[in-house]
Amino acid sequence: MYTTLEVFKKDKEARYGVLFALPAILGFAVFTIGPMIASFIFSFTNYSGVGNREFVGLSNYIKLFTTDPLFKNSLKVTLIYISMSVPLNIIVSFFIAFLLSQNIKGRGFFRLVYYLPTVVPLVATSIIWKWLLDPAVGVVNYYRMLLNLPPSKFLFDEKTVLPTMAVMGVWQTGTMMLTFLAGFQGIPRQLYEAIEVDGGMGYHKFMYVTVPMMTPSLFFNLVTGLINGFQVFTQAYIITSGGPNNRSNFLLLLLYNEAFVKGKMGYACAIAWIIFIMTVILTIINFKLSNKWVFYEGGERK
Amino acid sequence: MKTRSHKFSKLMVKILLYTVLGCGLLVWMFPFYWILRTAFMKYEQILAYPPLWIPKPPIITNFTEGLKILPFGRFYINTIFIVVVCLIGTLFTSTLASYSFSRLRWPGRDKIFSIILTSMMLPSAVTLVPTFIGWSKVNGVNTYYPLTVPSWLGGGAFFIFLLRQFYLTIPREYDEAALVDGAGFFTIYWRIMLPMIRPALISVAMFCFVNNWNDFMMPLVYLNDEKLYTISLGLRSFMGMYNTDWGYMMAAATIAVLPVVIIFTIGQRYIIEGVVMVGIKG
Repeated sequence: MYTTLEVFKKDKEARYGVLFALPAILGFAVFTIGPMIASFIFSFTNYSGVGNREFVGLSNYIKLFTTDPLFKNSLKVTLIYISMSVPLNIIVSFFIAFLLSQNIKGRGFFRLVYYLPTVVPLVATSIIWKWLLDPAVGVVNYYRMLLNLPPSKFLFDEKTVLPTMAVMGVWQTGTMMLTFLAGFQGIPRQLYEAIEVDGGMGYHKFMYVTVPMMTPSLFFNLVTGLINGFQVFTQAYIITSGGPNNRSNFLLLLLYNEAFVKGKMGYACAIAWIIFIMTVILTIINFKLSNKWVFYEGGERK
Repeated sequence: MKTRSHKFSKLMVKILLYTVLGCGLLVWMFPFYWILRTAFMKYEQILAYPPLWIPKPPIITNFTEGLKILPFGRFYINTIFIVVVCLIGTLFTSTLASYSFSRLRWPGRDKIFSIILTSMMLPSAVTLVPTFIGWSKVNGVNTYYPLTVPSWLGGGAFFIFLLRQFYLTIPREYDEAALVDGAGFFTIYWRIMLPMIRPALISVAMFCFVNNWNDFMMPLVYLNDEKLYTISLGLRSFMGMYNTDWGYMMAAATIAVLPVVIIFTIGQRYIIEGVVMVGIKG
């Protein structure tokens, strides 16, 4: 039984609750749900941003997968880039985080330095890399020469542009590193002590405590890494404009050009939805697989 | 005997650890060093072969001359304006929303929260084109509205999620005691909750600063008028004009990078806490 006062209070709380959340709900409706629906609808039209739009059925999607060589290329190079950059980022940031999680002096300082590139504007870092990796006057090629390696064209050669961009990306994976570091620091000491009591060695500690306890952060980084892989844009836009020979013409760059250079808004929306669907599928696959290898405290391993 | 060799191997591991971390540090800092070195160097020295490590003598004409070519001062002011407007909007609306999602009870609250949360996974590419079309219908292109209005409407799921995590750590007794004393919900939010989540506020402010300062895609799509350019856009045009004048370009890159480096160095603790909070509990 509620007294009138309590009912009144509850009612008031609900009203204020909705009121306070309203800007965020509105923002979500106007800037997420609305555009998503619009994007879906536009993807079945030949909308150019101005004038009328005609419903063209599935023809945008059909064209993407049949007659448009650019899309197939973009899909391919994006997936190649992701398959190189995600494992590379995970391995390097896992390793750095592991070192930082040891009992060392000056951890704050090291952490600062390794994270710093992540907060720097991508336009600026793109310019920096372009300078460091310049085929003719870049400093990296000079040191390759000292090591008796042939000079590389790095970002200006079809063969090397994607691996080079993947390696560049490692410099700015501070977020992954921090997630791993937090994971390492969250491993309870007793688990290691238990292994010591049982006479286990460093190797046992690593395989039976560190690895299983790190799987949740590994999983998180894998999923966010894949999603972010589809978002690569600025480096390619600034440095290579998608070249050489479209080899770094990533999906988002293609979308940008179709929409804002060629004015094919409907077509660009179809590309956007394919990016979205692929992201969703990859995420679902990861969640399904995660039952097999991700260890959650208090849960049973399947 | 055994303990001594044990101690010795421990020392070796330590030395190895610091060596690896130290070498990594040099590699990580090298690009920063190279921008500064190039920015303060004469043109002939920049292209010298083998490369010179230290400018002799260091010069500042790359800054004084190079940055005159485009109105970088104006780009700075534009960017700061956008950052400040977004900062205030995000801080206000995201803290208010997350207060509601974590501490006020209303029907459908958790469902709506989890729906909003899914947008954290949503690639921005999906909404880019329709949002642009929408803004162009209301004459929003070449204004700062497209860049700032979203901040006044919650500021994005990431911040709401981050702040909610912090609110959840505050015991309920605070709200109840305040209610008994006759405080309204806004008073509780403003007077009691906000001071208690101060570290989170700083995290959000810093993320917001860094994100908006660095943003490239949104300004690129919405701003064509050079008078409105942000620092990132200015840098891009500059690069198009002076493709090989590395001294000028590195001077421009330096002034684009410097503010975030300073802010981050001062407040790194808060950014790191934020990343950890979202990464681990997310």
